[in-house]
Amino acid sequence: MNEQTTQLILDSLGPLLRATVTTTIPLTLISFVLGLVLALGVALMRLSSVRVVSSLARIYVSLVRGTPLLLQLFIIYYGLPALGVRFDPFPAAVVAFTLNVGGYAAEVIRSAILSVPRGQWEAASTVGMGYVTTLRRVVLPQAVRTAIPPLSNTLISLVKDTSLASTIQVTELLRVAQEAAAPTYEFFALYGVAAVYYWVVCLVLSFVQARLEERQNRYVST
Amino acid sequence: MTEPTTPLMSAESAVPQPAPLVSVSGLAKSFGDHEVLRSIDFEVAPGSVTVLIGPSGSGKTTVLRSLNALDVADAGVVRIGEVEVDFAQRPVTRQQVATLRAQSGMVFQSHHLFPHLTVLENVTAGPVLAQRRDRSEVAEEARELLRLVGLEEKSDAYPYQLSGGQQQRVGIARALAIKPKLMLFDEPTSALDPELVGEVLVVMKNLAAQGWTMVVVTHEIRFAQQVADQVLFMDGGVVVERGTPDEVLTRPRTERARQFLHRILDPLD
Repeated sequence: MNEQTTQLILDSLGPLLRATVTTTIPLTLISFVLGLVLALGVALMRLSSVRVVSSLARIYVSLVRGTPLLLQLFIIYYGLPALGVRFDPFPAAVVAFTLNVGGYAAEVIRSAILSVPRGQWEAASTVGMGYVTTLRRVVLPQAVRTAIPPLSNTLISLVKDTSLASTIQVTELLRVAQEAAAPTYEFFALYGVAAVYYWVVCLVLSFVQARLEERQNRYVST
Repeated sequence: MTEPTTPLMSAESAVPQPAPLVSVSGLAKSFGDHEVLRSIDFEVAPGSVTVLIGPSGSGKTTVLRSLNALDVADAGVVRIGEVEVDFAQRPVTRQQVATLRAQSGMVFQSHHLFPHLTVLENVTAGPVLAQRRDRSEVAEEARELLRLVGLEEKSDAYPYQLSGGQQQRVGIARALAIKPKLMLFDEPTSALDPELVGEVLVVMKNLAAQGWTMVVVTHEIRFAQQVADQVLFMDGGVVVERGTPDEVLTRPRTERARQFLHRILDPLD
């Protein structure tokens, strides 16, 4: 590696780190948290005994999972203005990723809720708890245990999927790397640095996942 | 149908009978094509113990689960204290179900303790999370109940750290904590190792001695003989025999009851 390339890499470390911290990570976390809230709602709708409600949720999940994420981004950023709905790049990305996570995580949460034995619902109701209290205090705390590994997968995928936002003008990690590489043709070096940053973020998340799983195991015999 | 007996009316009889705490009449229930219950009637006097026995599939668990609407009967009237639900009148509202359910404490065959909560939190769950009562006051009562079932030193343990018998005793304390009028037991010892059955039965016997009104589904014939005031033998969704333990368990009148008791007491014979 020549001196010039080394210098270019060193110079890029700062801007790429800044893009990671100020854009990639916030985009990931905001979309994930909002997506989880949406997913919980969709999961509960899917479990509803009212046919119309569960069908709506089913259609939503099917649309999200049956279309490319890149296309979803394009529809929201380039397509919706035709209907008079205009987003800046970052909010457009948040909306797209939230909707996407909402669809995938809904299935995870639904199956995690179903994994809690029926007897838990019955026991909760015999001591007087209603639907919401049972869900909050009995079922969801147990469902979390089942949901952590697959939801961690969703989150880690999301970290990398945010790179798609580079196509709608969001100056996240990949886009900053592209912009730095373009004039110099040092694609290998700069994309390499970007890859390492993505990887480190995912390593941290894997570590957090392991800690969460450990914590969840405190009430089961292992 | 039973007339509501006022104290004045019952004064005619020599020994005034207290009004029954529980009245069940015409209880019927089908799961699909299968008729599980066909017109069940019985009453439970306050402070008495009623034991339901019978072969599996006879409907005894469904009777018990109908008393708190965990199974919603197709027809029939259940009254516990002041609360009466007529299951023939559809729809049975969520409010009706909740009110009926609040009258009784339920002990399940496989305990259904909340695994993510400590023993103390399990016992306080009803009063604190559902009845919204003051946490510290409830904790005091819960410790008292844990002392009653002999588990006060296990307050901070999680359910998985307990033996099956201990888990079931916590289940009893949890059911008592909501201060029900009536205690329901659904085969509370059937899932236990034989050597753990006794500790649970002793707790139940103590509750009966303290005057708790109890309805118990069980295969423990000796428990029924010692503790029950009334035994109902069920088969095929009907009450085939009813009476004192002596009448039903020692001198059964029907062949079905005789055969059943024989199979239970001498399985090898």
